[in-house]
Amino acid sequence: MKIARYILSRFAKAIVVLLGIVVLNFCLIHAAPGDPAAVMAGEAGAADEIFLQQLREKFGLDQPFHVQLWNYVSGILQFDLGYSYRQEAPVLDLILDRLPATLLLTGSAFFISIGLGILAGAMAAVRVGSWADTAITTLALLFYATPLFWVALMGILLFSVQLGWLPAFGMETVGGGYTGFARWLDIAHHLILPALTLGLFFTAIYTRMARASMLETSGEDFVKTARAKGLTEGKITRRHVMRNAMLPVVTLAGLQAGQIVGGAVLTETVFAWPGIGRLMFDALLQRDYNLLLGVFLISSAMVLLFNLITDLIYLIVDPRIELAK
Amino acid sequence: MKRLLVGALGAALLATASVATIASAAPKSGGTINVVIQPEPPSLMLGITQNGPTQMVAGNIYESLLRYDTDLNPQPSLAKSWEVSDDGLTYTFKLQEGVTWHDGAPFTSADVVFTADTFLRETHPRFRVSLAHVESITAPDDHTVVFKLKNPFGPFLGIFEAGTMPMIPKHIYEGTDYANNPMNATPIGTGPFKFKEWEKGSYIHLVKNEDYYIEGQPYLDDIYWQVIPDAASRAVAFETGKVDVLPGGSVENFDIPRLTAMDGVCATDKGWEYFAPHAWLWLNNREGPTSEVKFRQAIMYAMDREFVRDVIWNGFGNVATGPVSSKTRFYSDDVTQYNYDPDKAKALLEEIGYDGTPVRILPLPYGETWQRWGEAVKQNLEEVGINTEIVATDVAGWNQKVSEWDYDLAFTYLYQYGDPALGVARTYISSNIAKGSPWNNVQGYANPKVDELFAEAAVLADEGQRQELYTQVQQKLVDDVPVAWTLELSFPTIYRCDVKDLVQTAIGVNDGFKDAWLDR
Repeated sequence: MKIARYILSRFAKAIVVLLGIVVLNFCLIHAAPGDPAAVMAGEAGAADEIFLQQLREKFGLDQPFHVQLWNYVSGILQFDLGYSYRQEAPVLDLILDRLPATLLLTGSAFFISIGLGILAGAMAAVRVGSWADTAITTLALLFYATPLFWVALMGILLFSVQLGWLPAFGMETVGGGYTGFARWLDIAHHLILPALTLGLFFTAIYTRMARASMLETSGEDFVKTARAKGLTEGKITRRHVMRNAMLPVVTLAGLQAGQIVGGAVLTETVFAWPGIGRLMFDALLQRDYNLLLGVFLISSAMVLLFNLITDLIYLIVDPRIELAK
Repeated sequence: MKRLLVGALGAALLATASVATIASAAPKSGGTINVVIQPEPPSLMLGITQNGPTQMVAGNIYESLLRYDTDLNPQPSLAKSWEVSDDGLTYTFKLQEGVTWHDGAPFTSADVVFTADTFLRETHPRFRVSLAHVESITAPDDHTVVFKLKNPFGPFLGIFEAGTMPMIPKHIYEGTDYANNPMNATPIGTGPFKFKEWEKGSYIHLVKNEDYYIEGQPYLDDIYWQVIPDAASRAVAFETGKVDVLPGGSVENFDIPRLTAMDGVCATDKGWEYFAPHAWLWLNNREGPTSEVKFRQAIMYAMDREFVRDVIWNGFGNVATGPVSSKTRFYSDDVTQYNYDPDKAKALLEEIGYDGTPVRILPLPYGETWQRWGEAVKQNLEEVGINTEIVATDVAGWNQKVSEWDYDLAFTYLYQYGDPALGVARTYISSNIAKGSPWNNVQGYANPKVDELFAEAAVLADEGQRQELYTQVQQKLVDDVPVAWTLELSFPTIYRCDVKDLVQTAIGVNDGFKDAWLDR
């Protein structure tokens, strides 16, 4: 009961925050120089006054700013994300069309980084000062500090150009004609490089965080007690240290999960992955207002949602945390 | 430096060699070709969307009445023959027989009339300018179309190109809301390839039109246009054999020598003659130091344009001598020459007593090459004592700054469309001064003599007379330096040498893969 009330109140607050985000985003994007009509006219290589006027009328850009804002917000309140005039399709359709590719990429990267990160962090923590610890922390620092696009390009250079093992771009072999399981294999083959590239940065963060958090926890009194009780080191690590050390990791995972739907602009661009990050980046350059705002809205909704989920997971992981009366 | 030039030269030689072998070989049918497309086009309906990538893909789907060889001579396409009356007022086209739309409906003169007189009049700003000279368009029979003009219009025979006048199916569009017609998503043309599938963000798939009116053509079975947003990744895609053709401008210039040095790779700078992309710096003629003619002349002397061509453009392109490209009709080199001469620039600046007021340079936000070019010009200008600052923008911001006249020097390049009346006059005539568009006379140059010469030359039928007037206008403009011309750009098409007959006309790969075949 208490938890249901808690969730409801969090949702109510989230909606207010979301509306604030919508209005703020709307103002920000309209403050950027240029408008979609000028961009489209520019691409046509010629424009006269009539043509620009036609486009502005079509986009509703000829109306006063507050009217445009009102139209947009009232559309959002009716769950209508609007229409992308540039792509000539409803915004929601465009986003849903790209969502699977993005979820596959960011989701894989998410699980790779959590899995690898916690594993590596734990390995380093239980063998502090060993050569394994040194190797892991050095690598983690390296990946944490290396720009993503550079890792991506080096990955392509090594695994695609030099060794020829992995495809350099795209989500599947164009014209490959694969179906069923063969198609999934093909997609998986294409997924390896981008997912690893995107995952590496977060892996590094999880590794460092899990290691530090575990070292801190293993110095606590209850761990000494467990050891005094005669529990095996394995049991102590798994049952006592790990569980308590996971709280900061969960926080970080919540933050990362919130970004899953937003896509990964850099990775998607370098690997020509047809996801939402690229959709958003193109929309920004083309001043495709509705599409850009739509992506922003959905990603901010996801961040809010995952913040809530993170808070709920806290309750499970650490029974000491209770809901306020 | 030397190596770069050798690379470019080698590429040019390879291209020549491949042209020589084409002539003797008989085309083979079959095969799939992969081509890079960037950026992803917003739509493939060429009658509504006229941007570059749209034309590049849709040039396979839609056709016009004529094509143009690399010397800009008209060639048959959907029109098999044409006649121009002696007074230059009546153009009669005979259409090919047996042409069908991709949905099986016959293509007739009614489609031509609908396209030119109704559809494009509403949707195509560049076409409207030419249409203003037309009095009537009629179809005396199913395979004849007659254009009657109000006055002779010199470049008229040059507007029957697929991007300017793509034929639109009347039976699909008549009486509909063109922009929202659902058929825009599955375009229907008469072209050699049909639309098959568009996986947004990944690729566009076109297939052979089995009912094409030329027996045996096209030769290819499938074309995949691959959307690869990153320039470095596009180069890798070509290197690893995933794509066969990199249309001009697909990769950064500094990657070109490396790619063309690969085995079995050819390059050609042909196929841009109709567009003749011409680059210059807009100079704000209204205010600031650039409002003074001698300051503008000083800029022309200060820029080392050969260095830019040789280093930043890897030897591709030519130094521009004035407003008309040497590839465009009525070009004249009988004009004042501005060779790189920093001393002359300094002398001019001294003469006008330039006080060091800084000028803002707005590079074109089209990637690394243009960024470097901006820096080169900055360095050149500072060497002669002009203070500069570079202003960074994205495309939308660039558009706004230029069309609101908020700049001192701004990079750009524009197409010339084969004739000064179509692609040159628009930049210099005073009736084209209006805020809100980055493609008109944004520098604010007004000269009644120039207006008069352009107006007169456009409506003459006699080529000799036109040449005379255009030579005069070029001389006048080059002396006034309303803008600082830089290069006649060249965007080499890079392809595997076993792709034959790829670039056949003055618009290159934009004209579709009608003649292309694979020697595999």
